[in-house]
Amino acid sequence: MLDAETPGALPRDPAGALALLERMQLLRAFEEKVAELYASGQVAGLVHLAIGQEATAVGVCGLLRPGDTVYGGHRSHGHALATGADPERLLAEIAGRVSGYARGKGGSMHLVAADTGFVTATGVVAGNISLALGGAFAAQLRGTGGVAVAFFGDGAGQSGQFHESLNLAALWRLPVLFVCENNGYAEFSPLSAHTGVERLATHAATYGIPAVTVDGNDLGAVREAAAVAIQRARRGEGPSFVECLTYRLRGHYEGDPAKYRDRAELAAWRAKDPIERLAGRLADAGLVDAEAAADANRRARAIIAAAADAVLASGPAPAGDLTTDVTA
Amino acid sequence: MTATEIRMVDAIREAMRAELAADPSVVLLGEDVSVGGPFGATKGLQDEFGAARIRDTPISEAAVMGLAVGAAAAGLRPIVEIMFMDFATLALDQLVNHAAKLRYMSGGQLSIPLTVRMQAGASGAFGAHHSQSLEAWLAHVPGLKVVAASTPADAYGLLRAAIRDPDPVVVIEHRALYWGRGPVETGEAAIVPLASAVVRRPGIDATIVSWSRMTVTALAAADLLAAEGIQAEVIDLRGLQPMDTATVLASVRRTGRAVVAHEAVGFGGLGAEVAARIGEDAFDALRAPVERVAAPFTPVPAAPDLERAFVPDAAAIAAAVRRTLARPDPRRRSLEEGR
Repeated sequence: MLDAETPGALPRDPAGALALLERMQLLRAFEEKVAELYASGQVAGLVHLAIGQEATAVGVCGLLRPGDTVYGGHRSHGHALATGADPERLLAEIAGRVSGYARGKGGSMHLVAADTGFVTATGVVAGNISLALGGAFAAQLRGTGGVAVAFFGDGAGQSGQFHESLNLAALWRLPVLFVCENNGYAEFSPLSAHTGVERLATHAATYGIPAVTVDGNDLGAVREAAAVAIQRARRGEGPSFVECLTYRLRGHYEGDPAKYRDRAELAAWRAKDPIERLAGRLADAGLVDAEAAADANRRARAIIAAAADAVLASGPAPAGDLTTDVTA
Repeated sequence: MTATEIRMVDAIREAMRAELAADPSVVLLGEDVSVGGPFGATKGLQDEFGAARIRDTPISEAAVMGLAVGAAAAGLRPIVEIMFMDFATLALDQLVNHAAKLRYMSGGQLSIPLTVRMQAGASGAFGAHHSQSLEAWLAHVPGLKVVAASTPADAYGLLRAAIRDPDPVVVIEHRALYWGRGPVETGEAAIVPLASAVVRRPGIDATIVSWSRMTVTALAAADLLAAEGIQAEVIDLRGLQPMDTATVLASVRRTGRAVVAHEAVGFGGLGAEVAARIGEDAFDALRAPVERVAAPFTPVPAAPDLERAFVPDAAAIAAAVRRTLARPDPRRRSLEEGR
């Protein structure tokens, strides 16, 4: 359950606040390392980074408890990390190494860290939304009080599975939290090229689901909205929808020059970097000073550097695994 | 237990009832399942097991299938009823991209014990959207298992095995067989392994391989042939993925001739797979090319007369068997040519 100070916002104790900042720094360091390894050829394939979107993953997942489940999409390294998944095993999975969570068979878009409740990511936009309903249904049937979280982007809002899932979740009062990370772009085009609907949270009203749109680069705002939603779900009051307005500071995938957006827009969002904003806010509140924030960042980067060293020392995905795990 | 004569649709319900009673993690999801759906397969189950486990769903095949896959990943054993196999098209993303692949993509972290019942086949002039046999699509996907019964006893035994299986299993039910009666034993001993072909009728002259309703038609063809003194062996494949090719190959090695009969269209159908396996692994035993009997390469027509023309009949299968017997033995011919 949530602590007594909910609904939400930020912890008032320095240790709790610092832990959230450090988790966001860990996500940033991890994804910058992925970019570096991709550039150097150590990571292959399609890699979608969420640099700039760390507040949504950490804001929501920081409120979860064991038994809750999380379902991500193609841009979900951060969601997995935010559930507490092992950075080394995740990085190894992305790099196609034997020490990865799935020994390299899943890869960047299909991460699974069952041990921390990160049930799956998916390479098919919106497919994870209905999967999350299944986790919520199981929790409801068993009366565990567990909550399922689906993370998806604005591009998913125009799919059939999105609408079918919202309807079904509301109809069955499933304990699910729909988190829309509206970063303004679906692949290479702005949301306005996909729909005339400006705020995807408005769809939720159609199905009778409480919804809110928040500044997705403000960790406190995300936590506040998610805390209310999670409490509702745990009380058996059904699904909620939280739309987080955010921005990916890199292209759709590594290698995308992202010429479809202008520099002024990028600069404006850089100025709203969620990690710097949180650090500033914690300093202003007297919870975490600049030196402690810098120390935390160094720790996060050291963890990722050590993880990367271990991954690069790990063997490739073994050929003998090719035909295993197809069926039981 | 002693076998009683019941209809296939009742055997299907009894299989679900047995597993629902045995395992509280088994749930049933589908359109109108509380009232039994259009064919009565689920009738009465909600009264017995409650609305929490026997759930009517909206007409949202994609989300319902996704929910079931997610629930299976969370440890439940869902049964999803797809009212007509044609509607599975709407759920293919979840079946193909998640149900089939999550075990593999997770390196064995996840298991998807999901059963999907699909009522299928052409009968009753239901037309192009309520009649298709799409098993080849599903059997083509690594990670999915596919079975089809031709008797009430197998409908019972295969469905129980499917529900207990740790992987996603598609169970194809032909509606033309729903009301046919047959002896059904209940209980553990009646469970049928998923990949176990069975010889329905022994014979020495040719092998007919079939499944689902076409097995019934193949047996009728064997009767026609018997009147001519031709003894055809009829194999009911039952498991389509994985497929018990050993039983097929053993039969073809005995008879030297094979006909594959299915209701789906021929091109890219599973008949091609069976023929290829015979060609690869029993070529030396063959005394004639493998014949395929399948529906013409068209959508399923609505008009009763056209539908009858679409579905292969016993005469077509018998004719194919006769063709295999009319071929000169290739080994004898080459000997003669060598003289």
